[in-house]
Amino acid sequence: MIEVRNLTRKFGDFTAVNNISFTAPKGEVLGFLGPNGAGKSTTMKMITGFLQPTAGDASVCGFSISSNSIAAKKKIGYLPEGAPAYSDMTPKQFLGFIADIRNLGGNQKREAISAAIARTNINSVINQPIETLSKGYKRRVGLAQAILHNPEVLILDEPTDGLDPNQKHEVRKLIQEIASEKTIIVSTHILEEVSAICHRAVIIANGNIVADGSPHELEGRSRFAGAVTITMTNTSENSDIANELKAINKVDQVEIDPITSRITAFPAVGENIFPQVWSLVQLKEWQIKEIHHERGRFDDIFRSVTCEKEYSQEQGGEL
Amino acid sequence: MKNTYFIFSREFSGYFKTPVAYIFLIIYLLLIGFFTFYFGDFFTREQADLQPFFQFHPWMYIFLIPAISMRLWSEERKSGTIELLLTLPITMWQAVLGKFLAAWAFTTIATILTFPIWITVNYLGNPDNGVILTAYIGSILMAGSFIAIGSCISAITKNQVIAFVVSLSVSLILVLAGFPMVQNLFIGWMPSFIVDAISYTGFLTHYQSISKGVIDLRDPLFFISTTAAWLFANTIVIDSRKAV
Ligand SMILES: Nc1ncnc2c1ncn2[C@@H]1O[C@H](COP(=O)(O)OP(=O)(O)OP(=O)(O)O)[C@@H](O)[C@H]1O
Ligand SMILES: [Mg+2]
Repeated sequence: MIEVRNLTRKFGDFTAVNNISFTAPKGEVLGFLGPNGAGKSTTMKMITGFLQPTAGDASVCGFSISSNSIAAKKKIGYLPEGAPAYSDMTPKQFLGFIADIRNLGGNQKREAISAAIARTNINSVINQPIETLSKGYKRRVGLAQAILHNPEVLILDEPTDGLDPNQKHEVRKLIQEIASEKTIIVSTHILEEVSAICHRAVIIANGNIVADGSPHELEGRSRFAGAVTITMTNTSENSDIANELKAINKVDQVEIDPITSRITAFPAVGENIFPQVWSLVQLKEWQIKEIHHERGRFDDIFRSVTCEKEYSQEQGGEL
Repeated sequence: MKNTYFIFSREFSGYFKTPVAYIFLIIYLLLIGFFTFYFGDFFTREQADLQPFFQFHPWMYIFLIPAISMRLWSEERKSGTIELLLTLPITMWQAVLGKFLAAWAFTTIATILTFPIWITVNYLGNPDNGVILTAYIGSILMAGSFIAIGSCISAITKNQVIAFVVSLSVSLILVLAGFPMVQNLFIGWMPSFIVDAISYTGFLTHYQSISKGVIDLRDPLFFISTTAAWLFANTIVIDSRKAV
């Protein structure tokens, strides 16, 4: 359980995090999204007790990070941005040190270390100095360190950055496996990851929360929600087809993607246009390669809430 | 307490992971031997004591301790591990103390490794071993103060070279403050209590009497409280400059 109340952080005159509040209950995987410099890492640094907030507070499992920081820190596993680790140590020594500090001894220590090594697949490098590891392995060592004491709360700053596709998959699987008994906050720039593993997405921009909801809900808020996208076998008649689609009265507008040559018909507010479009396809016997009823697009809602100005200009520019 | 020990042992074993520690020990022992025998008139004085040897300790420490202390916090800052360390369930004091003790233990080992000189002087004559022991203790206490200074300064910057140079300068000033030549600059035109205060903060004033075997509790207390004050400053520096 993580509660963030009116968290604010200034660096000089610059406000990096501005009055952010949210609560993440046990069992929730919360995806933390936002453009570079939005304030994700700064927020995480405050929740984990590294940076003092300028105002507000965060509490972890009921312990305030500012007034009861040791108790709160015991509950947290944290992967800081860039996965820092003592480079002169081997992963084995490093995890041993963390286990000591985490008050794990004897059998518990051995088991915790071997479980973390197995979960992050670092067995092949455990006796190699960390400074000689590849970026992905370093990240995995950082991850092993974060999950070592089986914490109730996990805070992971870009855990899959620099991992190969197989490892990305492994990390997502790991998060899903342990999610039910934990509270997890993950920051990422990979939007598919959010749809795949997060129950909830919080998008921040310029230090403010600009969207908060389940990935499904947020996708539904994108202008693509309910749109129908068609790819033709032969794209030469695209503009005629677009005109015919536009004639359907529930269709608000039609766009042709200049790169992929996909035709997308957007419904008027609250309307379902799929049946009409589908009948038209059958009636006219169009040779379609693909037809898709869109749930909404995460990248679209991300762009619309994080850079409103450019986004609306682009939308105005097309069609 | 346990956490301080874990921090200490991680840091301490770190010294021996690179050849730097061994090089350091060798240079330290060679230099102090060279100074003692060459400049200290060790043999020609025809006295069975270690005065010439102990008299060089402050000067050795000024140059060598910043080399040991510069990495204590600069390295953590540079590699970002400071964020890892300070989000573990430990207090700031445990971290500062553990690191300080590691550097101090290393310096103490270096100082103890000078024991052949003690054996030599016992072989050649009949020195007062009580005085020698007192002087060793004084030297080690003074080394603690130099390390606390270096640790605090290394917390200010990511750059080890800057940490080295600044620690060296501050140490030099604090040693010189007790130097008769420096005091003479102030005598006559400054009120005598200021001259006294300047000489009181000087390391040399306190070290010289200990190293002659004069036991005045105020001298060890001076080094202990100086160490404590710099370590306290160390915690404040880390707290206030974490984000930088
Ligand atoms: N120590 C600092 N001093 C001054 N400004 C800082 C400091 N740390 C962060 N900032 C600023 O605060 C803002 C938020 O930074 P933060 O690292 O939280 O972004 P982020 O959302 O994690 O970005 P990214 O996706 O690139 O990791 C940025 O504009 C950054 O320049
Ligand atoms: Mg970041």
